[in-house]
Amino acid sequence: MRRGRSALGDRIFAGLARTAGLLILVVLAGVFVFLLIQGLPGLSVDPKEYGQGFDTFWEYVGPLLFGTIFISLLALIIAVPFAVAVALFISHYAPRKLAVPVAYVIDLLAAVPSVVFGLWGGRALSQALKPVINWLGDYLNWIPLFKGPASPNGQTALTAALVLGVMILPIITAISREVFAQTPRLNEEAAIGLGATRWEVIRLAVFPHAKSGVIAGIMLGLGRALGETMAVTMVYSSSPKYMLNIIGDTSPQTIAANIANNYAEASIDKQHVLIAAGLVLFAFTFLVNFIARWAIGRGERKFAR
Amino acid sequence: MKITMRRAVVPGVAALALAASLAACGDSNNDAATGDSTDSGSSLSGTLAGGGSSAQGAAQQAWMAAFQQQNTGVTITYDPIGSGDGRKSFESGAFAFAGSDAFIANPSDEYTAAKKQCGADPIEVPSYISPIAVVFNLQGVDSLNLDAKTIANIFNGTIKKWNDPAIASQNDGVNLPDTAIHTVHRSDDSGTTQNFTEYLSKAGEGAWKDEASQTWPSTDGLSGNGTSGVVTAIKGGQGTIGYADASQAGGMGVVSIKVGDSYNAPSADGAAAVVANSDLDASATDSQLIYDVNRTDDADGAYPLILVSYLLACPTYDDANTAAMVKGYLSYVVSQDGQKAGADAAGSAPLNSDTSDKAAAIVDKIAGK
Repeated sequence: MRRGRSALGDRIFAGLARTAGLLILVVLAGVFVFLLIQGLPGLSVDPKEYGQGFDTFWEYVGPLLFGTIFISLLALIIAVPFAVAVALFISHYAPRKLAVPVAYVIDLLAAVPSVVFGLWGGRALSQALKPVINWLGDYLNWIPLFKGPASPNGQTALTAALVLGVMILPIITAISREVFAQTPRLNEEAAIGLGATRWEVIRLAVFPHAKSGVIAGIMLGLGRALGETMAVTMVYSSSPKYMLNIIGDTSPQTIAANIANNYAEASIDKQHVLIAAGLVLFAFTFLVNFIARWAIGRGERKFAR
Repeated sequence: MKITMRRAVVPGVAALALAASLAACGDSNNDAATGDSTDSGSSLSGTLAGGGSSAQGAAQQAWMAAFQQQNTGVTITYDPIGSGDGRKSFESGAFAFAGSDAFIANPSDEYTAAKKQCGADPIEVPSYISPIAVVFNLQGVDSLNLDAKTIANIFNGTIKKWNDPAIASQNDGVNLPDTAIHTVHRSDDSGTTQNFTEYLSKAGEGAWKDEASQTWPSTDGLSGNGTSGVVTAIKGGQGTIGYADASQAGGMGVVSIKVGDSYNAPSADGAAAVVANSDLDASATDSQLIYDVNRTDDADGAYPLILVSYLLACPTYDDANTAAMVKGYLSYVVSQDGQKAGADAAGSAPLNSDTSDKAAAIVDKIAGK
């Protein structure tokens, strides 16, 4: 009797879990099919729908894809060293009394809605960054990134990248922290036994073990940055074009922000164009994740050898 | 034992709840308008769904509140999802009426779709007229006088400095700095951009080369998302200039545009006068009151930089009750009372009595099949 009941419970639970697992695939496939059906007509609409002098869909989406990747990479450059350092601090340097609250606060950052980050970035951070941007434009304008002339209101790609960096920080930190903490105790002790300093322990024992986990965290962060919409839309002034200047009046636009910007007042044809741009982002994100999996898998195989 | 049971039951309940809520979602978009026969004192009752132009949003709120007060049995919803989606939902029958910053030109695919949905030429009447202000942020300067050609040259990048002779010659005694002009445009597609670029191309004496469009034609300059984004961008930096709905121009310098021989600041009267002086669009059918706005109107006090937003409806509806509600609501909106309520709430320009009468005559023809 008892055995029969619990076997039934097992079967129900297994069924629900299986359903959940399959459902997520169905949902993903559904999104893809929607993007395909609604997006394909957007590849061949009247050129004037693209606006701003673009003649074909690829001409239109090219700068947007460039902008998406560019801003996301800037955010990663800002966030990754910071996140790894914070994670190391929490897992290896800080006394437990300090590590727990710091970890908690970092996790809390992930709960702040992106709209709030957008408002903060567009109104407060941009004003605070004005002197920095002016200084960069005056003294470092030989670097293409800071070519200027400096934006008068601070709503620049640099501001957006900083905001995005703060937004992806908790993801990368949380995952890095976990993998750092899972370094086999014996490896660390062996390194100490050989006379390694604390930094050498981290370099010789922690990093090799944690590499694939940190890369996974970075890829999740990149995924979030690529798709982030509201914060980017609200923070900076952007246009669909190829450019490296991140402190000027205008900066490269991202796909997600472009969709959010234009969807509300779009004609039906333009809606197809925007959905097609969404399809491009979907495919690109998929590709990035695929490459990341492959890289992690390769790293793990090498490590296991 | 108990725990095992709960483990099995809880997800089941959650799944049921999900299924129920999905079903509820399905129900809610079955019908845009459902009549309901309970008598509530007024002759009209039921719910009416509409939506579209976000520019009309504030005015629609005021109209709905007033209309529902007069007709307690009626519930009207207006979803400010943007003109494009509003028209799309109207064409699919999800909305019984829609607000749009651009009229549906005839012939076009959209016109065909709307005509098919209505079974006849759709009704389009102006409901919301709003002056667009050219606004700027320049230390110590509250207003500037500019002609359309100079404005066009500023926004196309030909005039780069605030002390350019073209600006200085129109503003004696104003202390203009030798600093860069930063133009601000809408980063989203917008009826405001459409009307602003149309003004520049028609009144700019050839200085504006691009056609009127919802999308800002250039990729240079600062930009902001929505009116609030543009206003934030302008207020956030010195030497900025942009365009926004005149009701949102507080706290910034406002340009008086050259009309005839004088310079006029944005005003509701000036905007309404321009509509009254404009010809109907060449494609207009009897059920359309759509204007080819006279951007070069030089009448005294006129302000031709305006946005005209329209209401779309069908001349006939399958359901007589829906027809009666649409007719009642639209009649109120275009009436002098309704226009005044909209102006109080949104700072728009009321239709003048002549335009209001013409719109009322068209709306009056709405009937059930």
